[in-house]
Amino acid sequence: MTATTPTTEYSVEKIRSDFPILQQTVHGKPLIYLDNANTTQKPAAVLESLANFYSTSNSNIHRASHMLGERATQAYEGAREKVREFIHAASTQEVVFVRNATEGVNLVAQTWGRTHIGKGDEILVSAMEHHANIVPWQMLCQEKEAILRVIPVDDQGELVLDALDELLTPRTRLVGIVHMSNVLGTVNPVQHIIQRAHAYSIPVLVDAAQSAYHMPIDVQQMDCDFLVFSGHKLYGPTGIGVLYGKKALLQDMPPWQGGGDMILSVSFEKTVYNDLPYRFEAGTPHIAGAVGLGAAIDWLQKTGMSRIADYERTLMQYGTKLLAQVDGLRMIGVSPSKASVFSFTLEGVHPHDVGTMLDYEGIAIRTGQHCAHPLMQRFQVPATVRASLACYNTHQELDALAESLKSIRTMFA
Amino acid sequence: MNDELRELYQEVILDHNRRPSNFGPLPQATERAVGRNPLCGDHLSLALRINNEVIEEVRFEGQGCAISKASASLMTEAVQGKTVAEANCLFEQFHALVTSQQEFSEDELSQMGKLAAFAGVRDYPARVKCASLAWHTLQQALHHSSEPATTE
Ligand SMILES: Cc1ncc(COP(=O)(O)O)c(C=O)c1O
Repeated sequence: MTATTPTTEYSVEKIRSDFPILQQTVHGKPLIYLDNANTTQKPAAVLESLANFYSTSNSNIHRASHMLGERATQAYEGAREKVREFIHAASTQEVVFVRNATEGVNLVAQTWGRTHIGKGDEILVSAMEHHANIVPWQMLCQEKEAILRVIPVDDQGELVLDALDELLTPRTRLVGIVHMSNVLGTVNPVQHIIQRAHAYSIPVLVDAAQSAYHMPIDVQQMDCDFLVFSGHKLYGPTGIGVLYGKKALLQDMPPWQGGGDMILSVSFEKTVYNDLPYRFEAGTPHIAGAVGLGAAIDWLQKTGMSRIADYERTLMQYGTKLLAQVDGLRMIGVSPSKASVFSFTLEGVHPHDVGTMLDYEGIAIRTGQHCAHPLMQRFQVPATVRASLACYNTHQELDALAESLKSIRTMFA
Repeated sequence: MNDELRELYQEVILDHNRRPSNFGPLPQATERAVGRNPLCGDHLSLALRINNEVIEEVRFEGQGCAISKASASLMTEAVQGKTVAEANCLFEQFHALVTSQQEFSEDELSQMGKLAAFAGVRDYPARVKCASLAWHTLQQALHHSSEPATTE
């Protein structure tokens, strides 16, 4: 199957009309949804795919001897093929369905990690990781008496990579790195980091939770060993996510959870585990979720990931200029290599108050620490306001944001 | 600003956010407590000097949103000079004001003085914790508990 090449012009009005939730008002104002880094909204095609699956094909997969079972299995495995194509993996055997990005990291930590990491070994992450790519490694380090090392972040919000070769020591067993920061928006040079790590034969896990819905992903070109993302940020349903792993590594890993579907044969003396990727999918998976994710990918392919990236870049540039004109606004994360996220503080106004005031203008943003406490400490801010973009946001919405911020500032002054 | 928001961000709240009363350290404190609101990263240190069951002096430090800062400021004004029993009573009233469905009459509200400014908070479930943090911390200090107060 090949991706349909989009031929028509990028029309944000047309795109918006695909999202039923965007057609509403909040507190009497048209909804302006700028909390996309948290989760994105779902196009009608995704909603319909869920309803359609349950009303025409619902059944368990891989084990039914009837028509519906066949349809459900095809829908589920069809979604896996869509994911494979979307991230350019070599084989569907390398695509494991999990609940979310967080579960993908935990799976790797608990299987690959527990077999390859021992006392005194090191795991290298960065100071801009989401807790999802910190805590599972910390738990592993605690269990194995291993050491967690950290690539620092500079004032612009970029990784300090000068020190990378020193941080990659003979004891480093794995690098875990976020592709795009959920707080700073920084898009990290993962390919460079992977090359450096591979020079010492160290595998790399990429957290693509934020990048996957903003830019095309090619795992073979990137040459990452593991990559994780969540369906719910990719315009798909909650409860479904993906772990990509190179076949050679996955094959070598012990199973994680035990149960049905992950086995070939079971006796009380011995269990033979199933092939990839089923070995890592114990029990009945989120079948409808996978189907919904497949529909989201179809929708994205039709719209075009590069076109979305181009469009969001114009929004980003526009928003950066606008917000720079708001008195007292301090942008956290000003890397030239940045996408679709504005994190900031407003002098004299606590982020929580900004959040409440914006809500009353119909503007949904996030305030707080964004599951990245170490990064907040790095920038010495107790919390930030975060407005994050998706393919359906408009220039006018950013105008409204900037105007509201100005009046909030005046009110609190 | 729209009217509903004005209900929440009353002028007295904005004023106390800009210029909080009783803000700063209290070296001669006899009781201390720390309150945290993990959701927003707010924290508040409260210090009291109590003599013969009377709160003679009370001060606070820390950082937080306008609602929590103004609430701490107005709480210190309200309990200063009161007995511990009276302060407990005020806590109960304030708690009812921001969390219950109970109707307050004009008389009752005017009796509460400036604290009545928080009457609008009950319509904002996400902000109730901000308004109550200082009061929970006060309870903690008055009852000599060593656990940090949270509004969870
Ligand atoms: C960079 C990053 N990594 C990981 C995650 C975790 O995603 P999930 O909660 O879907 O597992 C997030 C979600 O905010 C994220 O932004």
